[in-house]
Amino acid sequence: MTAVVRWTRATAAGMAEALERGETTSVELTRAALRMTEMVDGAVHAYLHVDAEGALAQAAASDARRAAGAPLHALDGVPIAVKDVLTTTGLPTTCGSKILEGWIPPYDATVVARLKAAGLPILGKTNMDEFAMGSSTEHSAYGPTRNPWDLERIPGGSGGGSAAAVASFQAPLALGTDTGGSIRQPGAVTGTVGVKPTYGGVSRYGLVAMANSLDQVGPVTRTVLDAALLHELIGGHDPRDSTSIDQPLPGLVAAARQGAAGDLTGLRVGVIRELQGEGYQAGVLARFQESLELLTKAGAEVVEVSCPSFVHALATYYLVMPCEASSNLAKFDAMRYGLRVLPEGVDSPSAEEVMRATRDAGFGDEVKRRIILGTYALSSGYYDAYYGTAQRVRTLISRDFEAAFGQVDVLVSPTAPTTAFKLGEKLDDPLAMYLNDLATIPANLAGVPGISLPSGLADEDGLPAGFQVLAPAMADDRLYRVGAALEAALEERWGGPLLDKAPALEGGSK
Amino acid sequence: MPEISRDEVAHLATLARIDLSDAELDHLAPQLSVILESVASISEVAGPDVPPTSHPMPLTNVFREDVVQPSLTAEQALAMAPQAEEQRFAVPRILGDEQ
Repeated sequence: MTAVVRWTRATAAGMAEALERGETTSVELTRAALRMTEMVDGAVHAYLHVDAEGALAQAAASDARRAAGAPLHALDGVPIAVKDVLTTTGLPTTCGSKILEGWIPPYDATVVARLKAAGLPILGKTNMDEFAMGSSTEHSAYGPTRNPWDLERIPGGSGGGSAAAVASFQAPLALGTDTGGSIRQPGAVTGTVGVKPTYGGVSRYGLVAMANSLDQVGPVTRTVLDAALLHELIGGHDPRDSTSIDQPLPGLVAAARQGAAGDLTGLRVGVIRELQGEGYQAGVLARFQESLELLTKAGAEVVEVSCPSFVHALATYYLVMPCEASSNLAKFDAMRYGLRVLPEGVDSPSAEEVMRATRDAGFGDEVKRRIILGTYALSSGYYDAYYGTAQRVRTLISRDFEAAFGQVDVLVSPTAPTTAFKLGEKLDDPLAMYLNDLATIPANLAGVPGISLPSGLADEDGLPAGFQVLAPAMADDRLYRVGAALEAALEERWGGPLLDKAPALEGGSK
Repeated sequence: MPEISRDEVAHLATLARIDLSDAELDHLAPQLSVILESVASISEVAGPDVPPTSHPMPLTNVFREDVVQPSLTAEQALAMAPQAEEQRFAVPRILGDEQ
């Protein structure tokens, strides 16, 4: 095995141990990751911007710290990719939009500052649907990302770049953001792990907001333990985010290690009746059932639970989210930063004319759809009928979670109703695209945490399916315990990680 | 709930400060109608007695001490401006000739 292959296929936890034992250096790990990007990212397009020079400088600094016996963190020196919706000083932050082309923010997001303070070299910024609006990464103004399992298929979205970077071994870790499933659904369709933490559990400072009451930053990884390590690093209270919860995180890494031992005796698991059946692909459901059997075998008690209001979650989300998004995106006004376009054929245009021309040129179709929809739902005379109604149904969805968590410790469902579909298949059919988020949206509306981990390959198409676990707010540790237990049982059955079954990419031979 | 007409979409685009071309209006208006029709299904779901949720966590009045924190320099704030002049953002004219 070449060093590139050896070190890119290692887990983040494995890399951290190897660094500690002096078997490798951060420069070697970072070089290997960058070499893999050179080999495969022409085909995958996970990155919008690669910062080879910066990452190697950070890696060299990490090695110097370690040589001096003073690493900053267990993950000091382990490289990471960052979704392009998080601000990074010195690196472009475009949110996948033309309106922010070339923008270099003057400040770091809190999560990015925490990565830097722990010494993780930042490899680059990953592709995404424009302003995180989409489920396929096809709405990126810079071209789609492709699924490493099949380059003709979508990698999920909006965080398809982060998921694909991790799935194609270009990075062991990545940051994503999840507003309606943008971490978990890409995880499901690329055979990787993604976690949406409890709302308020990870700082949103420096996350360019789509929908403030739904957005959350979280880990994108290949293993449950790696996700726990990254989650503990980025999580916890931040005074710069007024929605940040001022409480310590539960022990996530400890929960993952406990879960990996495989004993779930006494754990009550609720299968959500409303999130299965019609609209779900047979192969996805088959893998889901197998995972349930493994949980039972590990000692868990599996029961069915009804959350009747969940059937309204999608409609509720597609009112709440555009309302918040249309307000948030009003700040892109061509005055202080970002694109400025002068209208054609107008002498001495006014600020308003410049604004209108800029927003037409700078925003893509999906962003325009959601801004117009939000503007409509918030306009006088419609506010109560749309936004007010959606907020009341949101309460019902939260109440369903409360009632369910009175009976069980965690809730489970397939993460996404289908495996990865073909690029272009749903691009101009917004409703069909929105259905991908059917099972992930309820967690965002209620603020509860969720994880997606691979459950296997669907028989119809040989593509990855995802298993979702949901827990009560601030009980993120349960995701890791259950996730690690299931991961261990599945990998024993598969004889190794699911990603070992992924086809080799051109240039990136195994 | 009502269907959304092409003229209405044009009006909303004006409110949202987006110049939509005729082709974009033709394309977007029917899509928005379909989306609105599907989300209208929730109009009767929650009675008036159900309180609205605007935020998933019950946090209120999050304050900090009133002390000066480090902030961006004028140079940092203006570095990415489309146009800057005399330590200020330079913007197109705000008033019309008749105003």
